[in-house]
Amino acid sequence: MSVLVFTENWDGKFKRLSFELVSYASSLAGMLNTSVTAVTIGKAEGDELKKLGEFGADRILNITCPQLSFLDNRAYATIISEVARKENSGVILFSNNNTGKALAPRVAVRLKAGMASGVNGLPSGVEPFVVRKRAFSGNAFAHVVIKTPYKVITLAQNSFEPASRPTGAVPEEMEVSIDGSSVKARMLETQKQSGRIVLTDADIVVSGGRGMRSPDNWGPLVELATLLGGATACSRPVSDEGWRPHEEHTGQTGKIIAPNLYIAVGISGATQHLAGVSASKYIVAINTDKDAPIFETAQYGIVGDAMKVLPKLVETVRNIRKH
Amino acid sequence: MKILVCISNVPDTTTKIKFTGDNKFLDTTGIQWVINPWDELSLTRALELKDDPKSGVKSVTVLHVGGAGSEPTIRKALAIGADDAVRVNAEPSDAYFVAGQIAEIVNREKYDIILCGIESSDYNGSEVGGMTAEFLDIPSFSSVSAIMIEGGAPVLTREIDGGKEIIAAECPFVAVVQKGIAKEPRIASMRGIMSARSKQIRVFEPVQVEALTEIDAFEKPQPRAACKFVDPENPAELIDLLQNEAKVI
Repeated sequence: MSVLVFTENWDGKFKRLSFELVSYASSLAGMLNTSVTAVTIGKAEGDELKKLGEFGADRILNITCPQLSFLDNRAYATIISEVARKENSGVILFSNNNTGKALAPRVAVRLKAGMASGVNGLPSGVEPFVVRKRAFSGNAFAHVVIKTPYKVITLAQNSFEPASRPTGAVPEEMEVSIDGSSVKARMLETQKQSGRIVLTDADIVVSGGRGMRSPDNWGPLVELATLLGGATACSRPVSDEGWRPHEEHTGQTGKIIAPNLYIAVGISGATQHLAGVSASKYIVAINTDKDAPIFETAQYGIVGDAMKVLPKLVETVRNIRKH
Repeated sequence: MKILVCISNVPDTTTKIKFTGDNKFLDTTGIQWVINPWDELSLTRALELKDDPKSGVKSVTVLHVGGAGSEPTIRKALAIGADDAVRVNAEPSDAYFVAGQIAEIVNREKYDIILCGIESSDYNGSEVGGMTAEFLDIPSFSSVSAIMIEGGAPVLTREIDGGKEIIAAECPFVAVVQKGIAKEPRIASMRGIMSARSKQIRVFEPVQVEALTEIDAFEKPQPRAACKFVDPENPAELIDLLQNEAKVI
């Protein structure tokens, strides 16, 4: 029995969440007294694959499939399930990102595995197998018992620190073939956002709400985010008004993020907004209303006008970055 | 073309969540129940497609797995404009169970497009849509933020980490939808509310599917430490705290 971890690659590259996953898998394998197999679909170079071994992957499988040119959920799930059967994997682990959410439920049905998603820590016990997951949109956690021999877990992003555990594993390549006619979809177009940090991957996020007052006032907020090496986000009213793109909306119905630092500027902190950001490690609030609910969730606060505070913050950070 | 919209019955999103004394169950006292926000958006999009004669969509059915207590929520979906509704009379014990029930209804009634919200606001699973597709062995598309249909040919936009993909799909399929799928949820009109009374909710007993997980207990998050306030005239202090106390920049 092993722990199987699906490590997505982006044009052959891994990112932080891949290493979080492998580290989690490695700790879990320790609890279960077993080993970790990492599987990635789509060509990646050997040196990149070896990085998975630095975080505890005992076996690294790079699967290529000539009939697959994009993520076909059914085909990917079939391939991963076959590997899980061959590897006799008790736990199959995914990230709780777009791809993980697409594949994990299908794999769970193929293997008749109980599934827990958005898990944010190691199991509290393995017999019975109990994991803690996000519930009620950040207002609670649920302790879920998975009752089946196969178990499928998706791990919440930024909920586990990558830790070095080099295995020296040598990546293996495997080519699989599928019936091409089973792929019923056709890719028409891919639009990639270039040059910007993906919001869900960002360590630092600077986010603006209605307190920014106008779409023309965003300059210092964007500058602060850039200086901090972070991404920009916004509240729902701001994206609904078209001040900022929809992709930036964080909150219950928008993106759910968990950066190390979330700076909420001119955001009052309605329940629906907090649902998308409450897993952030640190929250800073800047708001004119000292009674705004955001201050109940924030560790650091400034009661003041964003238009006055932001330029000063930008100046301070710029000075630090110079030195 | 027939669309099936799967809906969950969830506490209003502004509800202060409480649990029973043993933390095993949600304390439902005083809770207002609503259609799960993403399901409401997917219903809205399904109805928009039906309104467009070029789409070829002929009917929109809503499906709910739950007890009779959730019928007011189903009626609301009918009032918004769904043509009819199916309720599988069972407690939705876990995602595997619910997906098994949905798959059974789809097999019986043959829908072309099955829409599920990206997650329910209560259990935040993101599981039912993909599981349903696997039970049916049909394609699924997740994180779908737009559906266009012209002349029976669906084109979907799917969000990927750092971008979007535009995909031509073949029916039948499951689309797991998220923000963007419709601008705002459609609201029931007075005429809709009146006509919903005469629309049919067909009730089926569940088929045998076992739940594979169970919830052992709920837990409220630890309250965060009190907010430390910084003088608005001296924001440099904030940067200092973030650097030296929180160590996040």
